[in-house]
Amino acid sequence: MLRYTLLRIVGAIPTLLLVIALAFLMVHAAPGGPFDDERALPAEVEANIAAAYHLDEPLPKQFVRYVSGLLRGDLGPSYRYVDYSVNELIATAFPYSLRIGALAMALALLIGVSAGTLAALRQGTALDRVVMGFSMTGISIPVFVVAPVLVLLLAVKLQWLPAGWSETGGAGRYILPVVTLALPQIAYIARLTRASMIDVLGRDFIRTAHAQGLGTATIIRVHALKPAMLPVLSYMGPAIAAILTGSVVVEEIFGIPGLGQFFVRGALNRDYTLVLGIVVFYATLIIALNLVVDILYGAIDPRVRYR
Amino acid sequence: MSGNRTVKVTGTFLLAITVAALVGPWISPNDYVTTNLDQILVSPSVSGMHWFGTDGLGRDLFVRTMHGIRVTMLVAVVASLVSLVIGVAYGAIAGFVGGRVDAVMMRLVDTLYALPFIFFVILLMVVFERNFFLIFVAIGAINWLDMARIVRGQTLSLREREFVEAARLTGVSTARIVFRHIAPNLMGIVIVYVTLTIPQAILVESFLSFLGLGVQEPQTSLGALVDAGVNQMERASFALLIPATLLALILMCFNFLGDGLRDYFDARQSP
Repeated sequence: MLRYTLLRIVGAIPTLLLVIALAFLMVHAAPGGPFDDERALPAEVEANIAAAYHLDEPLPKQFVRYVSGLLRGDLGPSYRYVDYSVNELIATAFPYSLRIGALAMALALLIGVSAGTLAALRQGTALDRVVMGFSMTGISIPVFVVAPVLVLLLAVKLQWLPAGWSETGGAGRYILPVVTLALPQIAYIARLTRASMIDVLGRDFIRTAHAQGLGTATIIRVHALKPAMLPVLSYMGPAIAAILTGSVVVEEIFGIPGLGQFFVRGALNRDYTLVLGIVVFYATLIIALNLVVDILYGAIDPRVRYR
Repeated sequence: MSGNRTVKVTGTFLLAITVAALVGPWISPNDYVTTNLDQILVSPSVSGMHWFGTDGLGRDLFVRTMHGIRVTMLVAVVASLVSLVIGVAYGAIAGFVGGRVDAVMMRLVDTLYALPFIFFVILLMVVFERNFFLIFVAIGAINWLDMARIVRGQTLSLREREFVEAARLTGVSTARIVFRHIAPNLMGIVIVYVTLTIPQAILVESFLSFLGLGVQEPQTSLGALVDAGVNQMERASFALLIPATLLALILMCFNFLGDGLRDYFDARQSP
């Protein structure tokens, strides 16, 4: 297990370097400088700015500087939010995104797995068809369609829930963002769980358990759930990425001051270091979480360790 | 067969909506750029001038929606073709050559899978100033991974089949084997996956346009229309609901169509 874990960790390093290099090159391949504006600055001022941000150095040197900064956990200064470092901006914004993302993921797993298991147990019945119909719809409809429609219905028309974000609001302000973010994942996880649960329930060891007189609830809990969860576990990587992507939209719609909003703002303002920093941060996060999923997978299913 | 019916229903709907998008702006007396500040946020009416109402600048939303569907569909189809070409070439080479080359190529695909592609697309949009042509390429470039995997798996199994062996025994050249014997057998699965790539491309395009990073005014797309609708929803909910519904329907139909086609080809392939 230790060997497998170490191999996985070592294997993630090239991916991370690839991401950093790719993102860095893309930003620096941009035509025109980050400080080009409508009105031209005097040449001396431009030279001073370039020197202050080390933009006058050759590209390889800048890259080495950036990576060595990263190793010290320093993402550099923001180009647009004067006097703020990218680290500070991420530190203020990320907690919001983390809270909403984690809640959405928990909700998706809870409801997705239960609904999928229920559909598998009642295969072919009306309940099964309802769950699957909902799931196909949920997969197809994007977050940025669901979110405004729910806001329109529940917040603007019925006025049950707050439409926007306020720092002083109660738990109610979390409901709409978390639910919209979780919906597509609920749909996908329900489908996955149903398919793998049907597969597992058809195996011999489940029949044996039935023959021993165990109740359905016990069989599901003790015998079927663990093997049936393997496909869901391997979907966790893409799910995390999808939730991060979705949170960009959700934060934009609900006005949550999270990382996604900073990212979009940065993109629209051409704040290169901020955008680059957030891409690197997100990529590191996704790769690290994928690593955790891989290691968990190895712990649950020992066969994969020897592949 | 129910799969067959799904294919027919969704296929007909998609065809109808495409025809409407192509013909609609031509029938309507309005165009998609002319603003009319006397007629802001007019509600939809069948008998009046504006079937889907007007937007915040008084532009006709029927024509804008139809135009948006054109743009969305165009982006999706071109992006899917880009991913088709990359994915099929990559997958076929990996599968046919096999061995160490295959291992390295697939390892790269696994690595790329772990990347948060959408963020790279946004980065690309920032750097290259939302170039319209680039949207196609960027979306295509992120969607070829699945195609490459599927094609590689299929090629790998086809390569070992008797008819390929027979062709090789009779002295057919490698290139000819790939193009005449393997490629036609990949057709079915490739069609299915193109159908499933299109909604993904639509999703990415409308996601970008929704954030204001994709198609730029006065051009429009379904995502951009949803975005504009969100800003007006308290005064004019139709401006949000019409493009949102159409976008959802189109995405759903492509997903169901792909699923139905997959069932069809699976049924044909299994004896």
